[in-house]
Amino acid sequence: MIEFQAVTKRFPDGTTAVDELSLSVEEGTITVFVGPSGCGKTTSLRMVNRMVEPSSGTILVGGEDIRTPHPAVLRRGIGYVIQQAGLFPHRNLLDNIATVPLLSGWTRAKARARAGELLELVGLPAELGKRYPAQLSGGQQQRVGVARALAADPPVLLMDEPFSAVDPVVREGLQDELLRLQDELDKTVVFVTHDIDEAVRIGEKVAVFRTGGLLAQYGSPADVLRDPADDFVANFVGKDRGYRGLSFLDSTGLTLSQVPTVTIGAPVEATGSEWVLALNEQRQPRGWRSPGSAPSAALREGDLHAGGSLHGHGSSLRGALDAALSSPAGQGVVVDDTGAYLGVVSAETVLEVINRGSAG
Amino acid sequence: MWQELLDFLGSPYNRDQVLVALGDHIYLALVPLVCGIVLAICIGWAAQRWRPVRAVALVLANLLFTIPSLALFLLVPSIIGTKILDSANVIVALTVYTTALLVRPVVDALDAVPSHVIAAATAMGYRPIRRFVAVELPLAVPVLAAGVRVGSVSNISLVSVGALIGTGGLGVLFTDGFQREYYAPIIVGIVLTVVLAFVVDLLLVALRRALTPWQRASGQPAAAEPADSRGGAI
Ligand SMILES: Nc1ncnc2c1ncn2[C@@H]1O[C@H](COP(=O)(O)OP(=O)(O)OP(=O)(O)O)[C@@H](O)[C@H]1O
Ligand SMILES: [Mg+2]
Repeated sequence: MIEFQAVTKRFPDGTTAVDELSLSVEEGTITVFVGPSGCGKTTSLRMVNRMVEPSSGTILVGGEDIRTPHPAVLRRGIGYVIQQAGLFPHRNLLDNIATVPLLSGWTRAKARARAGELLELVGLPAELGKRYPAQLSGGQQQRVGVARALAADPPVLLMDEPFSAVDPVVREGLQDELLRLQDELDKTVVFVTHDIDEAVRIGEKVAVFRTGGLLAQYGSPADVLRDPADDFVANFVGKDRGYRGLSFLDSTGLTLSQVPTVTIGAPVEATGSEWVLALNEQRQPRGWRSPGSAPSAALREGDLHAGGSLHGHGSSLRGALDAALSSPAGQGVVVDDTGAYLGVVSAETVLEVINRGSAG
Repeated sequence: MWQELLDFLGSPYNRDQVLVALGDHIYLALVPLVCGIVLAICIGWAAQRWRPVRAVALVLANLLFTIPSLALFLLVPSIIGTKILDSANVIVALTVYTTALLVRPVVDALDAVPSHVIAAATAMGYRPIRRFVAVELPLAVPVLAAGVRVGSVSNISLVSVGALIGTGGLGVLFTDGFQREYYAPIIVGIVLTVVLAFVVDLLLVALRRALTPWQRASGQPAAAEPADSRGGAI
């Protein structure tokens, strides 16, 4: 869908920002450009909509050389989202979102209606439509930025660190939202970030850049984590890459063990040397009783130790390891789809599965 | 003195004269204001595009502003070939002043438009001129408006000077009064000049508010007014 063919960008001051980049972004996928600061991600992205002109090489979008149409016309078919959102301060949200449709010659009424739909699509209430950008939070502004980029339904979406200016919690929400939108819309998305976590979280393909504008590795997130092409990539994805890679291994092979359980509200005896898991009426885990706890006529939630994270059976090994390591009992609690208790796993069990996986 | 004033205004002939002078004054002050705004915006646009234009424009604007108004009124005819008593002289001279006054605010205001907003506009497919009109110019309005207010007051006061070279406006009342040692027209002229400046200023404030609803809505302080709002240069 987007083809870089030996694309080089050299700035007048002699900086080579992108060096002989050849890469093909598949239609309908999210491809993430990731790499350290100054490695040419933004430049690569901005060459696609001709905000930057390549020094040599060719870029095709949908099979067509991007130099064929007028740049303004090309750009109306390519959504663009940037870090600061870049909303027009003097236009309310609806008018911001309606920008490209109006430029493309839609009637005002149709463009406004479309803007209203998009506001909802990105999860903002319609009442906000009349507000101005300065009246929104950073996260809301980013949503409007995404809505504006999608307004004329372009097949391609370029996103340059769109979520890096918002706090981590909001960022995660926005990432989820993007994945949900992508499920629905099936755009060809190129997403730039320097955060490897974000890259593996949302990317179907990841292109790791190194300083000097060289492509170091291009593949699925699992490949990049499991099999870094060289020391640079290994270093960049981090020492905990093995741990990150667990996100891509499923845990169906895990053998569950059992621990004693009690029910909240029921009478309980003193505990021995073992941790005991407390469940509610729906058999959902609520917490742990530590060894040596006193007997009680009716177990109360307040007497329990908080439980650590829960691991949904069959989801990623990373979740299983998280659950095991965060549990006070050293046992990660595994639950089914309804959240009911199935069994427990220890960190050792998880590591065994990992070892078997990498051996086999 | 009150008697003198009442006598003066009691005469229908005098009243007509005053109204004509007021009409002339408004015309002579506001036409250059509008021309100056348009010119300053065009120069500001060119200054954004071409660095050398910017340097030349800013220096020239400062220089022009230091020419005394009376000298300029007398110089203009020899430059554009009008008659010495033509009111076009005043219009051209004041257009020069207004433009000179507004060039810097316009350039500053355009500079202050965040580059990511301009980049976003470009990336959405605006062509340069349309982008300038639809995005950059509206965002420059707050700073520009502050300059225009100074310009309107300065023009309204400078038109009076034109009376010395025989063009119309409320200044005629001053020259008349001095020649005849008759104070009523002078007082009427002063009061009307002040009231006119005040009314025009109010209208400009209202216009600015109408053009920038986003500034009120944001609840943020309005863009800084230019620090060197220069007064007249008589
Ligand atoms: N207009 C320009 N003129 C000269 N050099 C430039 C220009 N734009 C970018 N560069 C240089 O090109 C290189 C790549 O820049 P680019 O903005 O593409 O990096 P990036 O990967 O997006 O970095 P970051 O993660 O910091 O955004 C950098 O060395 C930068 O200094
Ligand atoms: Mg960048």
